[in-house]
Amino acid sequence: MPSADQMQRTAQALRRTILRMNHAAGSGHTGGSFSCAEILTVLYDEFLNVRPAQPGWPLRDRFVLSKGHAAPALYATLARKGFFDESLLMTLRKMGSPLQGHPVMRLAGVDMSTGSLGMGLSVGLGMALAARVRGESWRVYVLCGDGELNEGQNWEALMALAKWRPANFTAIIDRNHVQLDGPEDLIMPMGDVAAKVESFGLRALCCNGHDCAALRDTLKAAVAINAPAVIVAETVKGKGVSFMEGQSAWHGKPVDDDSFAKAMAELEAVQ
Amino acid sequence: MTVAQCEIKPMRQVFGETLVALADEFPDMVVLDADCASSTQTRQFATAYPERFFNMGIAEANMVAAAAGLSATGLIPVASTFAFLLSLRAGDQVRSLLAYNSLNVKLAGGYAGLSDFADGASHQSIMDLAVMTALPNMTVLVPSDITETRLATRAMLEHKGPVYLRLSRAEVEKRFDEDHPFVIGQGVQIQDGSDVTLIACGVASGIAQQAADELVAQGLRVRLIDMHTIKPLDVELVQRAAEQTGAIVTVEEHNIIGGLGAAVASAVCHTHPVPVIRVGLEDRFGESGPYADILARAGLSREQVVTAAQRAIAMKHTDR
Repeated sequence: MPSADQMQRTAQALRRTILRMNHAAGSGHTGGSFSCAEILTVLYDEFLNVRPAQPGWPLRDRFVLSKGHAAPALYATLARKGFFDESLLMTLRKMGSPLQGHPVMRLAGVDMSTGSLGMGLSVGLGMALAARVRGESWRVYVLCGDGELNEGQNWEALMALAKWRPANFTAIIDRNHVQLDGPEDLIMPMGDVAAKVESFGLRALCCNGHDCAALRDTLKAAVAINAPAVIVAETVKGKGVSFMEGQSAWHGKPVDDDSFAKAMAELEAVQ
Repeated sequence: MTVAQCEIKPMRQVFGETLVALADEFPDMVVLDADCASSTQTRQFATAYPERFFNMGIAEANMVAAAAGLSATGLIPVASTFAFLLSLRAGDQVRSLLAYNSLNVKLAGGYAGLSDFADGASHQSIMDLAVMTALPNMTVLVPSDITETRLATRAMLEHKGPVYLRLSRAEVEKRFDEDHPFVIGQGVQIQDGSDVTLIACGVASGIAQQAADELVAQGLRVRLIDMHTIKPLDVELVQRAAEQTGAIVTVEEHNIIGGLGAAVASAVCHTHPVPVIRVGLEDRFGESGPYADILARAGLSREQVVTAAQRAIAMKHTDR
């Protein structure tokens, strides 16, 4: 297992790869990909029991990127883990590429296509129930944005999770407080997300979503609970680049050459 | 092919019985419902196989997305509730998860058409075929009698990929014997004729049969097709009917926009353009009332289908 420090460096390198991908693509979601860099790194380096050489392994843990617009972060992580060649990364959003703007199941390592928001918790619930029906013990991890919690379907899913209580289910909410049109407080305030989750009868755990050691410890605690758990990971949208942090404009703004150079300099200054 | 005895059952009851009957043969089948199991009759499966049944409450979006998750592991989920809710309330989940990924999820849309007659337009489903047929990868089945309901349920489970099965609350007859040929994508020509072709699906197929009988009694040669698959449509059968009979009447319990009639018209328009009269709801909602009466307001009565057929035949002989 890599150390927390190693994962921290991996997450920062992931941001540089994401920036290159979105710059080459001429579009793509940078802010929300940066905010979940540590979360994806810790999940794939320490928790997900998957086999990159055998992506369809039936007993693998499942991962659902409910916030599908963070596709660049997922693709770069999957390539680093060896699901496909890293040379594919620069084909993001190009005609014919399996790296669609949002993840599609035909790409090795993608367990469910996503993009239309608010569906991941439900999909993960279905997967967790499938393991129960089949008498298998693999786990399901779902990564949600906080903006997508606006969708009512999430709360339908929490009701159902509280009904069946699949112990093999863990959700992580990338709580970056910014959505497409602006700060969530102005667009649709989500308030105390952990309290909302707990009011459904589910366990919620909170941590700093940019601290790999904290993420690792919190995920371990969540997995140890004999019930579904939701981690609220406090993050910063656009984390790592001063002029992107907390800025809704960088939700999906194309990375022009000038911004690319400035952002890359900042990301390289911190290894 | 057709049977003389008069067995009558609610289609939903037949569906519920069939799920139970096929449970052992399809051990990967699981069933979900959205607090309508008593209505759709998936309750029969829930009682017999509680560990393979999930009542998801009144939350259709969650139900369909959970079905997607279940299917991604190789299970065969059957998600059941009212037809309008599956096609609209959970429409994005059906599109983004089931259709886009061609997941092996079966959607059982109950109480379709006007069959929830007393509850009124809020519960009736007159647009589900339009929604479902517009989704790439989706197969759309509309059984018309007891036998076809059984066979369509089996065919749906045997088929690999998403299927929408349109079911009725109404009582249906057993029109066909068990050897009735039911192959997805192949319409069934029930009788041959050369003056006009009636093409119908679901409960309306029975109405079309009555109209055909009367037209034959009038001395007309009527071809009758039961089109249990709306998608993929049996284009060859439709085009042959256009070519050989020169006039078509479609009969369906659906808006004439986006349903069977629209599919048939687009199948013939560029190869054998012939008069196609679409009988169904003329772009309006249903209402509460006795089933036969609200069907009749939608043109779905023997008399009105007879009239439509006569009109279609007359159009053949007019300069257009």
